[in-house]
Amino acid sequence: MSRILTYAEAISEATVQAMERDPNIFITGIAVDYPSGIFGTTTAAYQRFGSARVFDAPAMENALTGIAIGAAASGKRPLIVHPRNDFMFLAFDNLINLAAKWSYMYGGQAGSVPIVVRAVIGKGWGQGATHSQSLQAPLAHFPGLTVAMPATPRDAKGLLLAALQADGPVVLLEHRALYNVSGPVPSEPEPTPLGRAAVLRPGRDITIVTTSLMTIEAEQACKDLARLGVEAELVDLRSIRPLDSETILASVRKTGRLLVADTSWELCGVTSEVAALAAEQAFGFLKAPVRRIALADCPAPVSQVLEASFYPRASTLVRAALSLLGKADQVETTDRPDDFKGPY
Amino acid sequence: MDGGEGLDLTRAFQDLLRVRLTEETLASRYKEQEMRTPTHFGTGQEAVAVGVCQALAPADAVYSHHRSHNHYLARGGSVYRLAAEIYGREDGCSRGRGGSVHLTARDSGFIISSAILGQTVATAVGSALAFAMDGTDAVAVSFFGDATLEEGVFYESLNFAALHHLPVLLVCENNLYSTESPADVRQPPGSSLCGRVRSFGVTADQVDGNDVAAVFKAAAAARLRARAGGGPVFLECMTYRWREHVGPAFDHESGRTYRSKAELDLWLERCPVRRAAAHLVRTGQAGVDDVNTMADTTATHVAAEIERARAAPWPSPDSLFDHVWRATAGNVA
Repeated sequence: MSRILTYAEAISEATVQAMERDPNIFITGIAVDYPSGIFGTTTAAYQRFGSARVFDAPAMENALTGIAIGAAASGKRPLIVHPRNDFMFLAFDNLINLAAKWSYMYGGQAGSVPIVVRAVIGKGWGQGATHSQSLQAPLAHFPGLTVAMPATPRDAKGLLLAALQADGPVVLLEHRALYNVSGPVPSEPEPTPLGRAAVLRPGRDITIVTTSLMTIEAEQACKDLARLGVEAELVDLRSIRPLDSETILASVRKTGRLLVADTSWELCGVTSEVAALAAEQAFGFLKAPVRRIALADCPAPVSQVLEASFYPRASTLVRAALSLLGKADQVETTDRPDDFKGPY
Repeated sequence: MDGGEGLDLTRAFQDLLRVRLTEETLASRYKEQEMRTPTHFGTGQEAVAVGVCQALAPADAVYSHHRSHNHYLARGGSVYRLAAEIYGREDGCSRGRGGSVHLTARDSGFIISSAILGQTVATAVGSALAFAMDGTDAVAVSFFGDATLEEGVFYESLNFAALHHLPVLLVCENNLYSTESPADVRQPPGSSLCGRVRSFGVTADQVDGNDVAAVFKAAAAARLRARAGGGPVFLECMTYRWREHVGPAFDHESGRTYRSKAELDLWLERCPVRRAAAHLVRTGQAGVDDVNTMADTTATHVAAEIERARAAPWPSPDSLFDHVWRATAGNVA
């Protein structure tokens, strides 16, 4: 049975359901046991399971990751939460040099370290250059790490459940601007498979491949395009690694046009990866060059007017899609309101 | 050498021999260029590994760093599987994927070693967290060198372990050098490692790291304290690395000047294996002939195991992608 929940509620529900099933799951990270509980996602777990299983951590991103690895090696299933994914740079040594390689570099002889890391991507309300980055590309670069980016409430629940059942390290990147987005969510604990993209909307004219918040922007863009007679197929990647190349390629072969939109920059990024995939394996099907939509190629500015130019939105996607289709781009578009309120 | 009450010195001596003779044999074989991986030998530091591991229970979790052979062997790892690992063979303890710095012997309670300073301080604290959450009697142990106290992760881990009173032994092998840098170019004058640790409210003691009985006694007391809820204990074991930082040579053989042959000679006189042998003989626990027989038997065993490892099969190239991902039902990953 599905109900309408917000993305935040869906994460909270997944956490409680997973912790009920598996007594080895515990949650730690900065502020996870505060009343605000990471946009409300850990509050219910704290109320239900208490400080033995949901506890604050000092500011110690790297050691905390190593501690999670050691706890996992000794039978636990830690869930670390970073209020901003930028803080994870401090954890890259233990995450990438140890957790991601653990299974491989001990030849499968040292067991596995099933740690889950949730980390929040920031955007808007002046988050600035160090509280708004989107780390999927560097994380997904390394074999051994699973990286997923839920865009919908259903997948926020499902991917977290899958991560908490996976046998190796998983990073989930959640977008701050998604926590209040609502959608249908099954009440049962139904995992969303890691490594599978979702075709959220079928279409024949153009494929739009998206991640995270750009999926929601693209849903709006698809509605605008439909009014103009363009049937866009929307593919939400959900997982960055493993990358579901089959679903991407099947769609590109069908539509012959590809627009890729990600929450980070172009260079060496997810949009480049998907573009390269199409160029290498579906070149003969392409009727137009692949088009990438990404952040402006500078660090995130704080000032409102600069920030508005920095982030692509639904209207950016509509114009790019029309351009790929050779249509006029002077059209009415309906961007979603940027309704996030600070201070956090 | 003090008494080290409770220590089975004969068993400790046999372990010291096993560690020393394995390292000596590997070092001599290393020069043949068949072990094609950077290898950090721990010759001269054996008493730290053996003394601590003799004080542990089977359920305790041991972690080590890049100079890890001593700990792996002292914790019961196989000579054959260690040598096979360094030879890159399928029978290696990490199936030839890890090399000298990434060892595992989980069945023996040696969880892993890893190459980057401080990583396994954090992981040992994590195992200690799991033990505390489960209410078991086990403790976790991390072996590391003095330069690890130059890494931020050490203090993050220490802070957390102290905050949660976790049962973890932090065993510093202070061999006075980090690669080729002496302590005085790395740490401010007057700074003491134990002093820094004590500022976190954590018990810290310095011990003669070349005296297996002294190390055992300190580790056994530390283990009891940690198990009793006393939180982490830091042991600074003063010792010395005989060979070069990485590789089988002695520094003076390579013309390196960061330390002198005279300094090495002083430490050779404090050889932990010879000291343990002398202690056995002096206390009447063994005769000189017994000591020599033990050494011969161990040397023969070690040589045979290393020869067997050298002849072991290579991994199949088809297995290149084994264990990159851990499959889970319902997940493509």
